[in-house]
Amino acid sequence: MFLTVVGALNQGFLQTLKLFTVTLLGAIPLGLVVSFGSMSRFAPLRWLTRTVIWIIRGTPLMLQLLLLYYIPGKLLGYSPWGAGEPGRFLASAIAFIINYACYFSEIYRGGIQGVPVGQQEAGLVLGMTRREIFFKVTLLQMIKRIVPPMSNEVITLVKDTSLARIISFQEVIWAGQAFMKTSHGYSGLLWPLFFTGVYYLVFNGVVTLLLGKLEKRLEYFR
Amino acid sequence: MAILEVNHIEKHFENTKVLEDISFSLEEGKALAIIGSSGSGKTTLLRCLNFLETPDRGTITVRDEILFDADNKAAFGEEAIRQKRLHFGLVFQGFNLFPQYTALENVTLAGRLREKDKSGWPAIERQGLELLERMGLADRAGHYPHQLSGGQQQRVAIARALALHPDVLCFDEPTSALDPELTGEVLKVIRSLAEQKTTMIIVTHEMAFARDVADEIIFMDGGVIVEQGPARQVIEAPREERTRQFLARY
Repeated sequence: MFLTVVGALNQGFLQTLKLFTVTLLGAIPLGLVVSFGSMSRFAPLRWLTRTVIWIIRGTPLMLQLLLLYYIPGKLLGYSPWGAGEPGRFLASAIAFIINYACYFSEIYRGGIQGVPVGQQEAGLVLGMTRREIFFKVTLLQMIKRIVPPMSNEVITLVKDTSLARIISFQEVIWAGQAFMKTSHGYSGLLWPLFFTGVYYLVFNGVVTLLLGKLEKRLEYFR
Repeated sequence: MAILEVNHIEKHFENTKVLEDISFSLEEGKALAIIGSSGSGKTTLLRCLNFLETPDRGTITVRDEILFDADNKAAFGEEAIRQKRLHFGLVFQGFNLFPQYTALENVTLAGRLREKDKSGWPAIERQGLELLERMGLADRAGHYPHQLSGGQQQRVAIARALALHPDVLCFDEPTSALDPELTGEVLKVIRSLAEQKTTMIIVTHEMAFARDVADEIIFMDGGVIVEQGPARQVIEAPREERTRQFLARY
């Protein structure tokens, strides 16, 4: 019985990992674009970006996910996400990427603005372009500053993936909960649901170690 | 012949006039010191020369080439200004070294970015090492800024500014952020640059240093040039009452 349950949970956790990875891959660069928007010298773009960030950060991710998954179908008469699990994954990934990009963008903004203005001026006086200054001077100093707050967000993301269960995305909690009714020939099992906690705990342990390593690697300068 | 000519520079921040009708010229190989109390406009003037601020009026000319003309701002876009900046070097009060690069990398970074052909990089590296050696820092080339004292950091910053061969090297209170025991080593380097006939503008609060090292001194107060003349004369026998009052505090 144990092996059957673990097999089913592994299957679910694979989906969890998929959502986690795709969200990070999408939100890390998109967050940078959003942060540039929120710091734009063009006021309308700045205010538009900041309004979007306010809405996304000010409402529950679960609500955004439900809205994104169900409303387009209501308006169009058919679901643009496609049927079944791939459709649920696509909608979840997009909702998660947008949500996390907004959180990341605020961390980036703090990181960029935290680099002393003298760094940029030193680059300018040396005839460097703004692009060169960003990539050769500011970026690494910003990364060093944002690793601790980003670690927090990444750990939260590991757990937030479970919210996709609300649209029946078959991640690990969904897989565990299935045993409460009937799954793989077993019925009325409660422990698989609680056992999913071990997956989160172990995975977050690995994430914490990796991010700690990154932090160490950036300790060569101050 | 004057290498630098500054004519009628004027600068406002909001409604405050920070610089008013600033005109002076500087001969090649000479050192000019700018003295005056905080808020007199000295630093803003240096920042105008390095295009970190844009003057509202006036012209800046180097070697007979008009680098800036407030009446023709359209001709001075970001890219044009980036090239013109290289006529000037600037050493900041707070060093502003790049913390993630070693002393040598700090000195060579801008040069390497300008040299797209990597075969030119060893020469840039050699020149960087020579400059660090001139600063007495040959054994510190591989150190990161946080491993260096303030005086050493500022000498790296001077090497970095010299690496692009500016026509005029500007110093913005180069020793103000240093402990007293560290100012000496930086002043010594600037003094030797003066002996090697480097054209320099030095904003400083070190009056004795200005008198001994500079050829000319400008005294600024309230955004205007109150007095300018040969260094020794301005410090020891100022003509203006305001200069006398200022110097009496030192």
